[in-house]
Amino acid sequence: MTQHYAPGTHPDLPPPSNTVGPIHWLRVNLFSSIPNTIVSLIAIYLLIISVPAAIDWLFFKATYVGESRNDCARDGACWAFISERFQLFVYGFYPQAERWRVDLSAVLLGVAIAAVLWQNMPGRKWGLIFAAIYPFLAGWLLTGGMGLTPVDTNDFGGVMLTVVIGITGIAFSLPIGILLALGRQSDLPIIKYFSIGFIEFIRGVPLITLLFVASTMLSYFLPPGSNFDLLLRVLIMVTLFASAYMAEVIRGGLQALPKGQKEAADSLGLNYWQAMRLIILPQALTISIPGIVNTFIGLYKDTSLVVIIGLLDVLGVGRASVSDTAWVGLSTEVYLFVAVFFFITCFGMARYSLFLENKLNTGHKH
Amino acid sequence: MSETQTNANNDICIQIQDMHKWYGEFHVLKDINLEVCKGEKIVVCGPSGSGKSTMIRCINRLEEHQQGHIIVDGTELTNDLKNIDAVRSEVGMCFQHFNLFPHLTILENCTLAPIWVRKMPRKEAEEIAMHYLERVKIPDQAHKYPGQLSGGQQQRVAIARSLCMKPNIMLFDEPTSALDPEMIKEVLDTMVELANEGMTMICVTHEMGFAKQVADRVIFMDGGEIIEENNPTEFFDNPQHERTKLFLSQILGH
Repeated sequence: MTQHYAPGTHPDLPPPSNTVGPIHWLRVNLFSSIPNTIVSLIAIYLLIISVPAAIDWLFFKATYVGESRNDCARDGACWAFISERFQLFVYGFYPQAERWRVDLSAVLLGVAIAAVLWQNMPGRKWGLIFAAIYPFLAGWLLTGGMGLTPVDTNDFGGVMLTVVIGITGIAFSLPIGILLALGRQSDLPIIKYFSIGFIEFIRGVPLITLLFVASTMLSYFLPPGSNFDLLLRVLIMVTLFASAYMAEVIRGGLQALPKGQKEAADSLGLNYWQAMRLIILPQALTISIPGIVNTFIGLYKDTSLVVIIGLLDVLGVGRASVSDTAWVGLSTEVYLFVAVFFFITCFGMARYSLFLENKLNTGHKH
Repeated sequence: MSETQTNANNDICIQIQDMHKWYGEFHVLKDINLEVCKGEKIVVCGPSGSGKSTMIRCINRLEEHQQGHIIVDGTELTNDLKNIDAVRSEVGMCFQHFNLFPHLTILENCTLAPIWVRKMPRKEAEEIAMHYLERVKIPDQAHKYPGQLSGGQQQRVAIARSLCMKPNIMLFDEPTSALDPEMIKEVLDTMVELANEGMTMICVTHEMGFAKQVADRVIFMDGGEIIEENNPTEFFDNPQHERTKLFLSQILGH
């Protein structure tokens, strides 16, 4: 029965009751047809038999404290190993007495990241200045010198090494990537062909190859006797590698902008750098956020490749620990732990990028 | 020829001499000669592809010419970026698709160039912006984003944005072609008002009513050439060339 109204007086009505609510959702999504119902029932059955067992193994039957493998229950996870080795997972072989420097760097990193990500932070201007000097401050804190006991970068390891490589790559690949993307579109042939050559070369070579170059070949090119830190070489290679990908992601954003934006900026008398900084890049980068964060996450996970040239990041420490004779047969626990560590950090980046996309969406697409 | 030359006749503010332009092999503008005096309003019309947009885009160097001279307010347009920026900050332009900056509010769109190009303090720039937004009758939209405005409102903001730079010359590149019919009038009214205040204007448009009302001269272009140039009455009532007659019969005939 539909009620009729005089033209121009039709009120807003609620939707029919059989199109809303949880029962309706179940009917539409899980039990809409016979095949769909069968698949849904199988899936529910599999969840019922697997999830409780997994939770049992992971938490209820697990052992959290212990001295060796023998202290662990056979039918539960052995987290005792992780808690026993937790320091190694976090600090690598960083000297015990100096670990406060790593902790301090981590806290300061939190401040720097907050300043960059949190746009309404009180005193953000000072926060950003701090974030700009942070890489140098952290470099000094971690490696020492100038009043601090020097620590060899070979002792870096675990979560700390992963974060050092990941954050350095992320912080430097974005600006370098922007410059390469702009360079690739430049009218000046030298800049243009340098950018194209650089991007295509780096993209065409596997990261592992670049890391081998960093660890072995560079010492042939450098003057004999010059001691160019291995970690520093790795940082440079990882950053350059990510920059090439970043440049292509940003170029996509630049090309998605209508030509009229640059013309409008030109016609108002803005010079090239003003037009880029105020008009073009803010829009191009906003469009590119999913691709940029994708590259960040890829770069962050690729840091685990450094194990190949002998640096022990969090995965490397895990692999080394698995071979400990007192704790045989614990690879599942170790790799789960490493996986959870990577997942939490990467998922955090992904969520922040979604938040940023929504925030920057001013409700108009050209 | 010297880079900068001051004209003997100070009333001439745009001077185009023997100007040619090519896109690759394609000869788009052929031997354009045009002088525009201060305060003059010129309407440029012609079929699509006739080079009319390209011609006015050469005046603020959005397009580069390959031969001849363009002198705007005593400054010749060459490869010298300083000259180009100087000319652009004196010449306002409105585009067919408005080209507002979608990531900035209406007010920020208007204050951007005064702050960065004229180095004006933000407060003063905002006062000027509000003044011009009032003149185009949308001060209450100042804190919205372009995407939240109608096409007609966006085009009026675009005009206000150009006016905030206090230009001597305004170029309009088919400002009403992308608008819904009911919004054309509000934009034309704004342009008429601007014309009545003595702004030097060059408009590429098909709005013949506007041409009759405000133009001092109407220029007809076809195939990259200026075919005919006359005052509006003569132009519409007594066109000289066959091509002009055909064009007018096509656009006025319905």
